[in-house]
Parts: sequence; structure tokens; C-alpha cells
Amino acid sequence: MFTEENFQSYASETKLVVTAKTHLADGVVSLNLAHPAGRRLPDWTPGSHIDVVLPSGINRQYSLCGDRWDAHNYRIAVLHERDGRGGSEFIHHGLTEGTTLAVGGPRNNFRLVPSEKYLFIAGGIGITPMLPMIQSAHMMGADWKLLYFGRSRRTMAFLDELAAYGDRVMIVPKDQAGPRSASDLIGPASVDTKVYVCGPQRLLAAVERHCADWQPGLLRLEHFAAKSHGAPIRDASFDVELARAGLTVTVQPEVSVLEAIQRAGVRMLTSCREGTCGTCEVTVLGGQPDHRDSILSDADRAAGNCMFPCVSRSCGDRLVLDV
Amino acid sequence: MTTIISDPKTPCTDVDPFSRDVLEDPLPFQSELRAAGPVVYLNKYDVYAMGRYGEVQAALTDWQTFQSAAGVGLSNFRKEMPWRPPSLLLEADPPHHDAPRALLTKILGPREIRKLAESWTADAEELVDQVLSRGPEFDAVADLAAAFPLRVFPDAVGIPQAGRENLLPYGDHAFNAFGPPNELVAKGAARVPELSASIASQCAREVLTTDGFGAQIWAAADRGDITEAQAPLIVRSLLTAGVDTTVNGLAAVLYAFATNPGQWARLRDNPALSRTAFDEAVRFESPVQTFFRTTTRDIEVGGTLIPEGRKILMFLGSANRDPRRWDNPDTFDLNRDPSGHVGFGFGIHQCVGQHIARLEASTLLEVLARRIESIEICGPTRRHHNNTLRAWQSLPVRVKTSSTFTRK
Repeated sequence: MFTEENFQSYASETKLVVTAKTHLADGVVSLNLAHPAGRRLPDWTPGSHIDVVLPSGINRQYSLCGDRWDAHNYRIAVLHERDGRGGSEFIHHGLTEGTTLAVGGPRNNFRLVPSEKYLFIAGGIGITPMLPMIQSAHMMGADWKLLYFGRSRRTMAFLDELAAYGDRVMIVPKDQAGPRSASDLIGPASVDTKVYVCGPQRLLAAVERHCADWQPGLLRLEHFAAKSHGAPIRDASFDVELARAGLTVTVQPEVSVLEAIQRAGVRMLTSCREGTCGTCEVTVLGGQPDHRDSILSDADRAAGNCMFPCVSRSCGDRLVLDV
Repeated sequence: MTTIISDPKTPCTDVDPFSRDVLEDPLPFQSELRAAGPVVYLNKYDVYAMGRYGEVQAALTDWQTFQSAAGVGLSNFRKEMPWRPPSLLLEADPPHHDAPRALLTKILGPREIRKLAESWTADAEELVDQVLSRGPEFDAVADLAAAFPLRVFPDAVGIPQAGRENLLPYGDHAFNAFGPPNELVAKGAARVPELSASIASQCAREVLTTDGFGAQIWAAADRGDITEAQAPLIVRSLLTAGVDTTVNGLAAVLYAFATNPGQWARLRDNPALSRTAFDEAVRFESPVQTFFRTTTRDIEVGGTLIPEGRKILMFLGSANRDPRRWDNPDTFDLNRDPSGHVGFGFGIHQCVGQHIARLEASTLLEVLARRIESIEICGPTRRHHNNTLRAWQSLPVRVKTSSTFTRK
């Protein structure tokens, strides 16, 4: 058995069975996943996600929203995205109980840090990572509140589970409450409160704007969709030395570092290809990466010793990777 | 003491696993333990024990059922006051365990510590030069196994010079204190206030250098990834868990090579085996022999019902010698893949400093393999007794330096 820390090399190797598919709200289903032989699943922490490889080969990340004290079942919840690329359409209308799926991870880019007080903010399906965070905060005796935004109560999942927490939870359905801005509800910064946000891009952006002058470390966001970055720092080609393979590849402006590595015949495990999942993380031995992912913190970026070659590039004319 | 009558089908024993005889050579007792059954009741301490690989590994993995937060020693923190504030890593379970663990996983990860390799190689070369310059005979414990970690690790943490002499006595007492209150614990008790104060003073932000693991832990508190109150206790975990264990791990691998000359020749042919060699030595000697867990619910293991709230002694050393899992377990063999040994524990509490230990060991071994053609025991060896550690007091060795080697 392996833990979250050393699980990376097993990613996409584990096959799990859909043991239950449940309608949770309009456009939201949950899946329960278990090992076909009933084995214990790898440990995870609040904020963790898994990669789910669908039969078509496409790969999606979903936050684990079940109970980590139950080592035999994972629960994820999936929103039907009508303008999506087919993943949620398949899960909602093609996938049946008994189907086997390849699962990678878990991996955590959205860790819960200790605090006396928390404000959790969820928009729509962004509620999923918040459920285990709330459970943890509650067990540690923290003072916490949840703001849960959605279009209407009919589309908002887990309202029954959240009801048990009483008035710590504030449900904000747009059709009843009207469009309430997150800023009005968040209020001013408080040094003893950590704010966790997950949801649609416009909610994240609104909260980020509201908290722009807060001290670092108080606001913590999960990007399901990739952050937008400006143009790369360098517009010319650059060389990437693959230290273990003993190869150097030239990366042209229109090609990702990952593609250049793969074209050179070096295998590398990848998943989202947009810098949100962390699967392709590599160690940087030399040179300075131009980070273009949605995962690393400012401190991680400054350290400069790892990067995600699916999106990140080089600031200089040479990078040395532990590949 | 009220004795709860054990399940009558469960084998039991009157042997004291913390007695002098067993600490001197635990292997015969461990063999009997494995033969007796998957779960054995220890009459003397009114606790259960597991000695087979399968059950030990499964229990270490199942943190939900076999908790650490009630203490990983005999003392039950649900009923008794710990002798020091509990460790946030070793003596905590999720969710309290999550943030300290995530932080140390990162700080002590292979990527982060790679930058230490170069200077540690230079340190190893200097130390080995010094030792060899005094002649071909020396004590592999005092002169290498203890000297090398004490030279590199406190610097890596960033603690001051003053007080470093307290690291080994403090660690020795901390590991004794996981056992029963026997004479080994009594021996260390007198110095506890002084040693605890010394170690605590090393964990303060203002005494730590700005570039070590200690400073990184405090920087995490500044970022809000841990609390200010947690930072010194996390530094303390490095100082408690990072010295005696590595010293005895290094002693184990040096002893294994001194008594298996063919394996030493293999390492010299292929120094890249140094990492395998260290893990095989950790399997073979299990520097950390035992840890307790406490049940959070009634659980049946191998036909024995262990009630909720009971202490179970996990014999890591015994699991690592279990013939059900290992071929020729009593052989130190570089051909073996030692992966999966439980010498570093397993699951969410698995040793977070294992990459540091491997780096220390492989650095020293690679330098020794270049310099030393053969190594043999040349005098009476002596064990050091500790309730948790399988430790060495003295390993007198004679070496033949490599004739092909020239330096400077």
C-alpha cells in the first residue's frame, strides 16, 4: 500500500470500480469508487484530487469529497458541463455502476493549513474540496463558516449534509438571495482567519480582487481551470538538457517542453496538460523556469527547483531537468 | 493493575521483550513470537504484540484503526500524562498530523535535499581521511557511525554548536521512554529537565541559522502553513528522530559489511548499490525495533479480537526478518530488493526523514568504498541497550585501505 506522498509513480495504474452513481442535485451526480478486490485505497488529505481516465482516454481531475476515515471508498461529485469537452457528459449519461476506471493520484495542491478560524467559500461544484476541509476544521475545534454560492437550491449539492452544521453554513442561491457579491460577505481581512475558495473562475477572480492587499498566506484558492498568464518571458527557442537521459532537446516557441521531451522519445506521465493537476512535475537542476502553472505558491516559484513541463517554459536559453 | 483476560485462543507469553537478554539479542524471541501466532499477548505488560510481516504492515497502514495519538510507547496518553509535549508527527493522527507532515515531507524531500550532497561528500572525505590517518584500526561506531551524522545533520538543521553534546543523550532517553519504566528509563530520568531544556532552546527561531531545515520550518509558520506554536515542536522532531536513528542505521550497515566481506566487494565494484545496501541494513538490523499503536475500535486480527483502546506492540524488526515475506531473511544480501521493509515504518507515519538518512548513508558508504578494500571486526563488539533502538556501543574494526587509491 502506498500513501499520497509516494503514489505519483502509480498514477494511472490503479483501476477502480464505480460502485454507486447517485443523483445529488440538478446537473450533479456523485460517484463512489472502490478497489475491485476490496483493497484499501491510498490515503488522502482534504483538498486532494484524483485523476479519472475515462474510456475515451480523456483525463479529468475531481476533488475527493468523501470520508478519509473510510479507507475503502472514494467519493467524487461531477457537474454536467453543457459546454464541456465531453467528460462530464459521459459521466452523467454514459457511465454506469460497475464500470472500471483508471484512477491516478491522489494529489493535493490545495492543502488545509492549521488556523483558529476559517472562512470557506464555495461556488457550485467548488463545494467538493470544502466538505473534507470542513470536517477537519470541525474536528480540530476551529471557528469556521461556509459561504456556498449557487444558481438555485435545486442545483446545489450536499445541502442535506451541510444542514447538520447549522448556522455555520450560509447558503446563497442566486434565484432567492439575488446576486450577492462575495466581497460584501467576506468583509475585511482578519489575521487569524484563513480563507479557502473554490468555484468558477469569476468567483475566484472576485475574491482575489477583494483580498488583493491582504497579507500573503491568508487567501488560498484552488484553480480547477488554468490561470491565465501573459506571454512567455522568452519568445525564442531554448534548450532543455535531460540529465538522466543524457539528451538535450531544443524547444521551439510553438511546442511545449513536455512535447519536446516526448518527441525525443523520453516517457513522461502527464494528465491535464494545462498546469493544474501536477502529474508531470519534474525537478529543475539548472536554469530558471518561467512558471505558467496554476499550482505552485510564490515561495515554490522562488525556489525554482521544480516545474510542470506541460505549460512552463524557460526564462533563459537553457534548462536542466532531472529527467 | 487490572488485567483484562485475553481471548483464551490467543497465545500468550511471560517473556519481557524489554529485558536485558532480549535487548542484547532480540532474534530468538522474535522468532518465537512469529511462530506463536499473528497476535500474541504479553502478560507482563497486559498488551498485545504482532511479529509477522503481514499483520504488522497492515496495521501500520491502517491509521484509522491503529492510532498513534495515544502515544507510540507503552504509556497510554488517553490515561497518562506524557513526559513531554507529544510529537506533532509521531504522536498525532489526522487531521492534526496533516500540516506538520506535509511540511516536513516537502522540506526533507529528495528534491530539496539534493543540494546537500556535494558538501556532505566533502565532509565524508575529510572525516574518513582523519580516521584513516590514525591507523587501520578504529571504532566504527564512535569514529564513523556517530561522528558523521553529528558532523552534518545539526548543521543541516541549523542549530548552534553549544548544546550539540545533548543530542545523543536526549534521543537515547526519548527512545527508552517508549518502553516500560524500567532501569533504562530510570537511568536517563535524572537528566530529563536539563536535556529537555537544552533541546527546546535549540528549536527557537532566533538561535537557528537562516539557511537550514529549522529556518524553513519557521518560514512555513510565517506563511501560515503551520502555526507559530507548532514550529519549535516540529524542529524538535528533527532533533529527536534524526540523530540516534541514523547513527544506528550507519552502525548497522557498517557491521553488516564487516561481517559480509563478499557484499563489501560487490559495493566496491558498484558503488551505486550504496542506497540498496543501506535499506537492506535497515531491514536486517531494524534500528527502530518496535513502536506501539492503540486500537480505536474492536478489531479482529488473525482470529484474535483486540478490544478498543488497547495497546499493541508492533515488532518492526521481527516483521523485517519474517520468512513468510523474505527469502533467507537472516542474510544481508545486496541482491535482494529490500523495498517494503517496515524499518522506516509504513503508511502516513512512515519516517519522513528517510531520504536524509539514505543520503547520509550513501555519501559515507561511497567514500568508504573508494578508500577501503576490506573491513573486518577486530575485537569484541558491544551492543548499547535501548528500549526501542537496536543499537551499538562499539564495533572495533580493522581496514585495509585501497592500494590503487591516491589522493592529493
